Amino acid sequence: MSSRLQNAVGAVLAIMAAASIAVALWSDHTARAASDDGENYASPLEVLLSPDGARLYVLCEQSDEVRVLNAASYASIKNISVGRAPRGFSLSPDGKRLFVTNSWDDTLSVIDTAKLSVAATWPVSAEPSSVVEDRAGRRLYVANRISNDIAVLDAATGVEEKRLLAGRGASYLAISPDGSRIYATHIYPNPSPVRTGLENRMAPESEITEIDAARAVVVERIPLHSIAGVFHVAISGDGRLGAVAEYHPKNLVPLAHLEHGGAFAYTLTLFGADVGKTVEVSLDELERYASQPFGVAIAPDKSRIYVTCGGSEIVTVLDVVRLLRFIRGHKGPFTRDLSASANYVVARIPVGHNPRGLTLSRDGRRLFVANRLDDTISAIDTKTNLVTATVKLAGPTTVSAPRRGEQTFYTARYSFQGQIGCSSCHIDSTFDGLTWDLEPDGFGRDIVDNKMLEDIKDTEPYKWNGGNPDIPTECGPRTEKYFWRSETYDNLTLANLAVYVRSLPPRPNRWLQAGGESTPAQERGKAIFERDVDKFKKPIPELNRCSYCHSGPKGTSQKLFDVGTRKPTDNTGVLKAPMLTNIALTAPYLHDGSARTLEEIWTVFNPDDKHGRTNDLTKDELNDLIEYLRSR
Amino acid sequence: MKKLYAIALLLAAGTLAFGAPPKMPVFRFENFTTANGLPDNHVFTVLVDGDRVWAGTENGLAVYENHAWKSYTAADGLAHRAVLALALDKRTGDVWAGTMGGLSRVSGGRIESYTQLNSGLSNDVVYGVSVEGENVWVATAAGGCRLNVRTGQWSLYNERNTPMAEIWTYAVSATPTKVYYGVWGSGVLEFDQKTGRWDRYDDPDGENEMVLFKDQGLIHEIVTSVSYVDNILWAATYFGDSRYDGRYWHNFLAKDSGLPSNFTNVVKGVDGKRAWFGTDKGLAFYDGENWAVYRPSLADGKPEMTVRDAAGKITSVAVATAPAHNYILGIDFQGRDIWVATAKGLSHGIHQP
Repeated sequence: MSSRLQNAVGAVLAIMAAASIAVALWSDHTARAASDDGENYASPLEVLLSPDGARLYVLCEQSDEVRVLNAASYASIKNISVGRAPRGFSLSPDGKRLFVTNSWDDTLSVIDTAKLSVAATWPVSAEPSSVVEDRAGRRLYVANRISNDIAVLDAATGVEEKRLLAGRGASYLAISPDGSRIYATHIYPNPSPVRTGLENRMAPESEITEIDAARAVVVERIPLHSIAGVFHVAISGDGRLGAVAEYHPKNLVPLAHLEHGGAFAYTLTLFGADVGKTVEVSLDELERYASQPFGVAIAPDKSRIYVTCGGSEIVTVLDVVRLLRFIRGHKGPFTRDLSASANYVVARIPVGHNPRGLTLSRDGRRLFVANRLDDTISAIDTKTNLVTATVKLAGPTTVSAPRRGEQTFYTARYSFQGQIGCSSCHIDSTFDGLTWDLEPDGFGRDIVDNKMLEDIKDTEPYKWNGGNPDIPTECGPRTEKYFWRSETYDNLTLANLAVYVRSLPPRPNRWLQAGGESTPAQERGKAIFERDVDKFKKPIPELNRCSYCHSGPKGTSQKLFDVGTRKPTDNTGVLKAPMLTNIALTAPYLHDGSARTLEEIWTVFNPDDKHGRTNDLTKDELNDLIEYLRSR
Repeated sequence: MKKLYAIALLLAAGTLAFGAPPKMPVFRFENFTTANGLPDNHVFTVLVDGDRVWAGTENGLAVYENHAWKSYTAADGLAHRAVLALALDKRTGDVWAGTMGGLSRVSGGRIESYTQLNSGLSNDVVYGVSVEGENVWVATAAGGCRLNVRTGQWSLYNERNTPMAEIWTYAVSATPTKVYYGVWGSGVLEFDQKTGRWDRYDDPDGENEMVLFKDQGLIHEIVTSVSYVDNILWAATYFGDSRYDGRYWHNFLAKDSGLPSNFTNVVKGVDGKRAWFGTDKGLAFYDGENWAVYRPSLADGKPEMTVRDAAGKITSVAVATAPAHNYILGIDFQGRDIWVATAKGLSHGIHQP
């Protein structure tokens, strides 16, 4: 054996050994990495100050808590348990109630801020991700990520009045200072409204959903062209300037061109009277990207905009006067101009791992930032733009292997010029609703749909063509070669990353009834899924049965098949049967995202029954089959 | 003086005795065509949403707001340019459009379309749509559908799970208690929301186009429109119209009512007593006793309004305007005003005091 080969084998063994140890340590089936001793990390996701500025509320995603700190001394006042995986929170206008959306158990916790205890827990819709109350205290608005809508609730009782159609993956809300408007954003692009046959090659479209708070109806949808991944939205105190943090993916050109700036622009879209039409401005700079912008805050005097950049681990500070002067004095577009930000970005403040939510004190002098992946809060003096304190939240004192893997997953530090991290495309460890041109095999060849990561443990091989035999290969050489174009992982880092990715559990399926019961339609669909004779009593060959290729608890036989979906631009039509876990969430479908819906897999792309025997089904029966698949 | 008073009384009594026409609503019609902004003159349906008016035409969906028309076409995501039916979700303000190529949801200016290929919709030809709570009920050329917008689940209703003899559903009217489908050649289907049971109402004369038993059931099997208001079902057919109170049927034919024609495209109940009918020979209003017809005269095209009282006496009322055309396809109300979709334009009937 050559020494080179020996080294290679040794490296693989080291990775596998590290992975095995870490997997053994990993037993907690929550959404995020646990510590070595099993104690949950806090994972602060959002922060808020009480109206009097005395308390700091910290939303802890992994420990399922709101932690209350003294905003001056940072001493702990109380930890309040809420529902599972809380994702968003906000105070009532009078500060007496704190509303928390619990994304994994679909509830809303109402905290009495005088007693610091949960006064009520209301059921809401699918994956509630943020909440605001109107100024009158009459209605609550809840953004639901899975049901793609905004639920309107009675603020006194929690009873749902109605739901408003929002963007796909509705997640973040803000109310205008005068209370007249509510703005909502969403993290996945909206489906293409027109069938052209090239939807999977069209630039994504997103929106800011504008709601009239008096009538609780959508009055406008502000278009965000070429945007996929819209996060927090903030409105200035005078109501004249709004800003949303967003990703501007360049998924129509090969990702291998990262060194040519080919993956993402990270931007803000400004809207409101100060700018007239919407204006998209870059946060990136020459040779360094502001990866994965998330939280936005506008100073009370509108002098500054602060943006957390989760992948770059910084807070980007924009001077609003200079920003508006630049916009008014130059002809856009500014998105791809990496030199533009030098005109208005005045500071990039390093903070902790994966900074997310942020909040300003009422006087604008202090800025607090939640560093999700190292359990700290950064306190920043906005005059000096320096971190004055890093507050460590109580919790595990060591950093476990999965936790390190999660940090690696979310950082952009390994990629060329800090452009992307795994989470740039796998938003919140899920997917992004986009198709990508990954390989350096020519423009437009081998377009692939980005798949969900949850529950992928033990479903190897990976990639649509099954080219990667395991997760370390998927996350290591492939990523380094095609994506990062920069620093490679050392063995331990890669092992930790693999452990984290393998640990991602599936979120609860929202299409099953309470108790996991199936509906009659789902039962009928299951029978179709499992059938071995068609409606004409003819036996269905194994390769044409749903349950043959999509076998097992995760709905994949882990084998490769040709289901007749190869396009002229594909290098192969032999593809791995994808797993079915939560398949209802992950449109578009097929390897290249050419099917916008589950229905289209069979109504458009299965003319010869190669993708299962389905052409004997009536429309009712196909609907039943889809109802069953949605329950997987 | 006493003499004068007696004469006046006599005159008044004489007027009543000799059949002074009952007071029926009078309108001044303003008509819209392509000349003033409509995308097409062939208007299938009209929907009022507060100050906004939506018109489904053969060439796009148009909305009239602030004295201007704006149109949506397939390029905007509309399922098809020909819009046959419209319904409003009063809670959210979303408008649902049934088209020749699928079902579209217009929400805050964004359009999402459902077709038989990309969704559970049973057929792309959507003749009717009605919103009830979180359910959107749809009448298609291949049966009825219900989309639950909360769960995204589609339920299909056809010959396999309802007493539908034909699956060409032409109209739907949904309420929290009952849902009615008008079926082309299969009468009226009733769905009881509480029990989940379907019932079917047929013409007792079968498919015979002679009326042998007038008030013993639905007037005809070819049902074009249904409207369920105040627990009363109004049903329109090409061979007359029906009113059903849950126990008794009352039918209307041109020969023995004020209906200008048996060929009725649309009926819209105001309440359990009053209804508007859109026929091929004009627009008609029934107030429970009397009838009024509004149209361009069949003889000379001049604006015409006639009133038929309960005794059958017909009186002309002088008017200066009429709906854009006699072939009426859609009706909706805006306060005391009426909007009328016709084969050659959209008409706004402005109520005259």
